[in-house]
Amino acid sequence: MEELDGEPTVTLIPGVNSKKKQMCFDWGPGEMLVCETTFNKKENSETVPGCPFIYIIRKDIDVYSQILRKLFNESHGIFVGLQRIEEELTGKSRKAQLVRVSKNYRSVIRACMEEMHQAAVAAKDPASGRQFSSQVSILSAMELIWNLCEILFIEVAPAGPLLLHLLDWVRLHVCEVDSLLADVLGSENPSKHESFWNLVTILVLQGRLDEARQMLSKEADVSPSSAGMCRVLGDLMRTMPVLSPGNTQTLTELELKWQHWHEECERHLQDGTFASSPHLECLCKIMLGDEAALLEQKELLNNWYHFLVTRLLYSHPTVKPIDLHFYAQSSLDLFLGGESSPEPLDNILMAAFEFDIHQVIKECSIALSNWWFVAHLTDLLDHCKLLQSHNLYFGSNMREFLLLEYASGLFAHHSLWQLGVDYFDYCPELGRVSLELHIERIPLSTEQKALKVLRICEQRQMTEQVRSICKILAMKAVRNNRLGSALSWSIRAKDAAFATLVSDRWNQSLLALGGLLGSWEAQDCRSDLWARPCRFLRDYCERGCFSDLDLIDNLGPAMMLSDRLTFLGESLGSVPWTFGTVVGCGGGRCCLDFSRVFFLLSPNSKPHRALCARLCKAYFLVTFPINFKSKEKRCKSRLRIKKLPCPLYPDSPFTYCLICFIILRFLGNSLKGSWRLCSPFLINT
Amino acid sequence: MFVARSIAADHKDLIHDVSFDFHGRRMATCSSDQSVKVWDKSENGDWHCTASWKTHSGSVWRVTWAHPEFGQVLASCSFDRTAAVWEEIVGESNDKLRGQSHWVKRTTLVDSRTSVTDVKFAPKHMGLMLATCSADGIVRIYEAPDVMNLSQWSLQHEISCKLSCSCISWNPSSSRAHSPMIAVGSDDSSPNAMAKVQIFEYNENTRKYAKAETLMTVTDPVHDIAFAPNLGRSFHILAIATKDVRIFTLKPVRKELTSSGGPTKFEIHIVAQFDNHNSQVWRVSWNITGTVLASSGDDGCVRLWKANYMDNWKCTGILKGNGSPVNGNSQQGNSNPSLGSNIPNLQNSLNGSSSGRKHS
Repeated sequence: MEELDGEPTVTLIPGVNSKKKQMCFDWGPGEMLVCETTFNKKENSETVPGCPFIYIIRKDIDVYSQILRKLFNESHGIFVGLQRIEEELTGKSRKAQLVRVSKNYRSVIRACMEEMHQAAVAAKDPASGRQFSSQVSILSAMELIWNLCEILFIEVAPAGPLLLHLLDWVRLHVCEVDSLLADVLGSENPSKHESFWNLVTILVLQGRLDEARQMLSKEADVSPSSAGMCRVLGDLMRTMPVLSPGNTQTLTELELKWQHWHEECERHLQDGTFASSPHLECLCKIMLGDEAALLEQKELLNNWYHFLVTRLLYSHPTVKPIDLHFYAQSSLDLFLGGESSPEPLDNILMAAFEFDIHQVIKECSIALSNWWFVAHLTDLLDHCKLLQSHNLYFGSNMREFLLLEYASGLFAHHSLWQLGVDYFDYCPELGRVSLELHIERIPLSTEQKALKVLRICEQRQMTEQVRSICKILAMKAVRNNRLGSALSWSIRAKDAAFATLVSDRWNQSLLALGGLLGSWEAQDCRSDLWARPCRFLRDYCERGCFSDLDLIDNLGPAMMLSDRLTFLGESLGSVPWTFGTVVGCGGGRCCLDFSRVFFLLSPNSKPHRALCARLCKAYFLVTFPINFKSKEKRCKSRLRIKKLPCPLYPDSPFTYCLICFIILRFLGNSLKGSWRLCSPFLINT
Repeated sequence: MFVARSIAADHKDLIHDVSFDFHGRRMATCSSDQSVKVWDKSENGDWHCTASWKTHSGSVWRVTWAHPEFGQVLASCSFDRTAAVWEEIVGESNDKLRGQSHWVKRTTLVDSRTSVTDVKFAPKHMGLMLATCSADGIVRIYEAPDVMNLSQWSLQHEISCKLSCSCISWNPSSSRAHSPMIAVGSDDSSPNAMAKVQIFEYNENTRKYAKAETLMTVTDPVHDIAFAPNLGRSFHILAIATKDVRIFTLKPVRKELTSSGGPTKFEIHIVAQFDNHNSQVWRVSWNITGTVLASSGDDGCVRLWKANYMDNWKCTGILKGNGSPVNGNSQQGNSNPSLGSNIPNLQNSLNGSSSGRKHS
């Protein structure tokens, strides 16, 4: 197996003088930084001013193209569908499915090409117009190559149908003839149109003999002198034996008929039937597969592969796949005639005609600037079981190598990275570890994005990445003094130590609960004994709004994690249904009757004694004064609790050593509905 | 590869190091002008300098970001014999309005008696630790036991390398099978040539770093060294910048029962060696998946090396100065995007061949 290699691509960095200075650099997730420097600290660097710029270098320019983004998006769906094609499907149905997939990929390329073409036409400045046009020709080349690979490797067309496919291939890609046809037919006198004979010749070269015949009849109508000749040639065109899809005749039968027809053409030429019309004679020669006559039409043929297909049509219509490379090579040599050397596209097509899949992929990956094409084509060919014998760098195969390249490129883009995830998923060797390395680098710019990244990691049990992302978010929240958020992220990161650090910080800052909860709480808050402030309370106090509803919903029973933040359940062991068990069995999401919650928390008190404050629509903060008499001893020894009289309930027989904040959410309308416990968290000091 | 953007650095002297943060949304630069600058990428992709401050009393050689799990933390090292740790303070509203952020010095590490040549944070699974190396031949490993208090750093280890040190690299592997490991390179150019790369491994029993290996074949001055991301492999890959680019693999040899407790021994193989830079190579660094190595050398180029699936390493890209002066000292920020100016040549030739034959 050869290497997938070419010459290194050179990127010029403006303003840096590589003769005198060096460059320092750094890798980022999708980009590189480059900047001029001098490394040799001992030699005193010249004092000439250097390049004052830092440069951002990116890898795949195509990732940033608006139009190509559609190509990436739509082919992603096809790719995922292909991975799910059932392995059991065999034989014809499997092949039909793979051909359909291939056609789908090609239609995406064509749609993209079309759009790019529109953009080129609409481009305001010539530079961007040129750029769009160059993209059009690249996409066109991609589709050309893909189509040929589809015929040869996926369809695996046998002798006979092979030529029909190749003719379609050429007709599809040399399509100026259609506009020319319309142009000529639309003119007042078609046969006098300056391009009339060019058109007829092209039609013959492409094997579109019915249309050619119609054109000849137009000529016959206006020019009685050549009418006879036109009729004869038209008859030859009509009688040319061709394989039609539904026909049951064998190849041998076809070959016999064709031989007979060929001899008839030959005879007409020998007899000088068309001697008086050079145009018609030339057409007859073409139909005889005369190489010299064909080569005279270089201009109209456009390229050597058109020449090849025309040549095959009129001299070897039942060419076998195995013989293709021979005709292809000689066609290329004859067509270029030593005047020019083959270009990358020529080499790629030639490799395909040689059935050398690896050479095709190798040449394509050198010639094309992005990995989209090789990654998808290779994957498809691998599904056709054409690549399996090649084991490559540490167990990974070429398919995976290319898919990893492509997916890594997608990860450089701020939104396309999501497509990359699926590609990594279908790389059995290194896909997972690559995804792990890439996904943790996705900037967590918004909470929404962070949750998206987390979901992807959680679905794949990437526990270390989940932990790390939550930890990063927790740290970010702490830095911004969003302690409630910090706490919830560190709980999600299962980082008990950090959760404790955060809750300690709560301790340090005082909550301005005054307005919200009355002086009772405010006073208590100042004592170490009582609750610590949290972000949503503070936000509410400061701004009168409530910013972290999501987080509150997510707090749930995980609050148990830190031993500083245990639930009341533990302390109220005597109550049959403790708060802890409610939360534990309901996952913090059970619907509870408000009064029942209250009862569970404080069985001896009456519901109205709870302090309830509306935080915002449907969210209530409830503060319970808890009777802790029964557990007094234990608490005393552990926490040195002072007995505080409750200022709100001076007659209360209770002493309070715990306070509980609960955020309740009212579901449903005000008359009928239930309370959902969304944040049953308790500060147990 | 193409130049997507240029940013006027505005340092008053030579820039010695540029460093992306973990997510690639921020960068830091350091310079002989004794300052560090921090740059932030805005939503529309523009880069803005959000902080610039004097960090040292000598040239600042290196600047590096801690993992964001530890907050927004930078470390720098300098000719002034110190390394320093900096933390960003979430700005007062005034600062925010001006788009500026505020960095405070959390600690100065003053143990070195000579220029501190490199500073690197340890892999995050080890906690908040950093290593420095200096011209006096000592690698120092510091730890911040409380991540909420970065003003306390304790010197945990001092490893004497006996040679002036130029560069260090932590082994990033978080596998339990691999003990913490640090590779040290030396640019000592004294005539009695010795091996210039040493590898130290942490021993759980002695709680000390002990020398595990010396790369005997590397005898020329070493300017930079870099372990590749591990990708779940059992072995390690180490790149070295010396008079050429070298890539080594280090395969741990299965420990015999008798020798357990001693440092791991490695089978060391050189898998690639390139002298394309013609002379000294100054920097080596891996991309985030460890599939591409970049190196910078005296030829003024940055070269990219990549292994194909046959494990053959090849140069796949070159970043080269075009030499022409930039007449834009007055240019502000990122007003010089040259997007799309540089489609690879081969693509052009493909494109030429297809458009020339008009089959669109």
